[in-house]
Amino acid sequence: MTAEVSRERLHPDFPAAAKNLLRDVQLRQNVRHATDVITAKREVVVDEMEDWQALRSAGSAIRQNVLDNLDSYLVQFEEACTRAGGQVHWAINAADAKRIAIDLLKAHSAEEVLKVKSMTTEEIGLNEALANTGIRVHETDLAELIIQLGNDKPSHIVVPALHKNRQQVRAIFQREMHLPDLGDKPEDLTAAARSYLREKFLRIPVAISGANFLVAETGSVCVVESEGNGRMCLTLPNTLITIAGIEKVIPRFRDLEVFLQTLPRSATGERMNPYNSVWTGTYPGDGPQEFHIILLDNGRSEILADPEAQQTLKCIRCGACQNVCPVYRQTGGHAYGSVYAGPIGAILTPQLEHSRQSASLPYASSLCGACYEVCPVQINIPEVLIHLRGQIVRREQATVGGKVGLWNIGMQVAASIFVSGDRLALAQHLGRVGQKPFIGKSGFIKHLPLVLGGWTQTRDLMPLPEQSFRQWWSQHEKASRPSVDISDGGRV
Amino acid sequence: MRISLFITCYNDTLFPETGKAVVRVLERLGHQIEFPPDQTCCGQMHWNTGYLREAVPIIRHFVDLYRDADAVCIPSSSCVAMIREHYLKAAVQSQDSAFIADVESLLPRIFELSELLVKKLGVEDVGATFPHKVTYHASCHSLRSLHLGDIPIRLLRQVRGIDLIGLQHLDRCCGFGGTFAVKNADVSSAMLAEKIGDVLNTGAEVCTAVDNSCLMHLYGSLHRHASGIRTMHLAEILAAEADRGEEE
Repeated sequence: MTAEVSRERLHPDFPAAAKNLLRDVQLRQNVRHATDVITAKREVVVDEMEDWQALRSAGSAIRQNVLDNLDSYLVQFEEACTRAGGQVHWAINAADAKRIAIDLLKAHSAEEVLKVKSMTTEEIGLNEALANTGIRVHETDLAELIIQLGNDKPSHIVVPALHKNRQQVRAIFQREMHLPDLGDKPEDLTAAARSYLREKFLRIPVAISGANFLVAETGSVCVVESEGNGRMCLTLPNTLITIAGIEKVIPRFRDLEVFLQTLPRSATGERMNPYNSVWTGTYPGDGPQEFHIILLDNGRSEILADPEAQQTLKCIRCGACQNVCPVYRQTGGHAYGSVYAGPIGAILTPQLEHSRQSASLPYASSLCGACYEVCPVQINIPEVLIHLRGQIVRREQATVGGKVGLWNIGMQVAASIFVSGDRLALAQHLGRVGQKPFIGKSGFIKHLPLVLGGWTQTRDLMPLPEQSFRQWWSQHEKASRPSVDISDGGRV
Repeated sequence: MRISLFITCYNDTLFPETGKAVVRVLERLGHQIEFPPDQTCCGQMHWNTGYLREAVPIIRHFVDLYRDADAVCIPSSSCVAMIREHYLKAAVQSQDSAFIADVESLLPRIFELSELLVKKLGVEDVGATFPHKVTYHASCHSLRSLHLGDIPIRLLRQVRGIDLIGLQHLDRCCGFGGTFAVKNADVSSAMLAEKIGDVLNTGAEVCTAVDNSCLMHLYGSLHRHASGIRTMHLAEILAAEADRGEEE
């Protein structure tokens, strides 16, 4: 079953989307600056940890254990959460999750709802669904507020408005909050957001959140954040609805020890998140008196069933892979056409949605491995990228167009050459002859046809030299070992 | 010792000078080089592009050819990474126990050139002279798959007359990535432009690396913009001798 994911169906594939975004000089500057700042901060707080690699290994082992026993941990969570006064709902896909959320909101006659930043609700397109039923959503995370007021899309899983700079944020706030004289200092902008949001926090009695971790042992839910707006959302309303992917569960409360160290250091370069909220069901007279949690599958079971790709689900959404990715650095997140951008998006999105556009994502990587190196749960992203490329090639080869496509033919021909030294020598000879029309006056190749034209659009190519190495070797071998003395058994 | 050379398909085809330099360095150090003429490719292009099934016969061809080698020298970290990181998986998927055993036995005898010199042969000074300003580009596979660290730099430091200049953002990819460079040519070019900026900032005459794939990519841009900077594989610098002058 293909999961339903809210995305722009007609979003161009990665190379085309990237080409457009590369022209946006301001965006590229913003993305480079922001990722440079976060990466530098991360490096400081990671390098100071003597046991960082051990923490990565521990995090990886905990998450792998979760994947190996997901069914029992989820049931354990459901029981513990229910015991503590929470109500657990199961959603097989995005439509299911949205229906459950809307039914709950309607039961409370909610016309407005608060939201704390959640990528899972972006994944299922909750905001659009709520708007369609006449329920107004107020994003309360500063970055999500910027995105919402700017009618934009998140471009990063931790810092959704990373592609906007202060001046751009000011312009959005000036327009949407009717503050023509707003300054562009961080204090001005946060003060504006604060008074805009405070009124809503105090008025609206229902909130929707995501979750960073679900603790199976205790039925607790954990949300970490930097601003305190999340804390407001999680504690002020009377009714709280949390939507979380089923993979967010961890076995024990003490497992938070690992992730509350690795997540903030990886995500924002902080030693600890300023706000770490953990709640267990409901508590009379304190916090929301009604708590619902919607556990969302939406394709995750399918990913779990693929032994080579299931490590994708170990992800704790820190975004470190996005910050170090040299591809993301150039394009920002919108090129990926998905709420999950960067390296994690390149492996997660095509598994959540099998579309033509998402099939371009596993190729949006030079396989440089920077993502794997920083991943706090050791997801071997390059390995999964190659695995997914393999699936895409097989799917393409099953179609007539794919079978006779240039890539497939080229690869089949190359594969038949690469099993024989003689065939390679012949191909080299043919290459030397065939390249002649393409060699320019400079002695270099400046234009190549078809798919190879991508190379020469910005790069010259040196032509094949007159002599291959193997040809030189056969001469060298003869010259350095001129005669073989038969008397000693032909040994040189 | 007896060293089997796997020159790699693109060095064989495009960069014979690198191969000659490897032979010169190793022969100068007194080793005996053999070159199995039936050698072709490690299978990296097929494997990394997703043509996994098509890569398997290429992988088998390599394993069959080098099964009995004492040590295999490969002047390309990405090909070594391909072998170390993916061959066993390919063999396991084939469920052929002889193939699996061959790969397991061969892997410890596979060496990238600088690794062979420093870690296996214990040499840092190979007797080279190269009186030029040089900057070293660390390929992603050399850093993150082979974990070469400063091994290539240690070899370069012993080269007489060399003026070694550090490259900023050493751990950042140049944007080559094999078929990535054509499938995502625009992003690849943007990555390259940043890397070229760092190379130009060094003021070096020569940019070197342990991978000609990165160097071909870098030189493609350096040549187009007539920047006057050359690229040379590490082996070519290590082969350079004062009395021989430079090989062109």
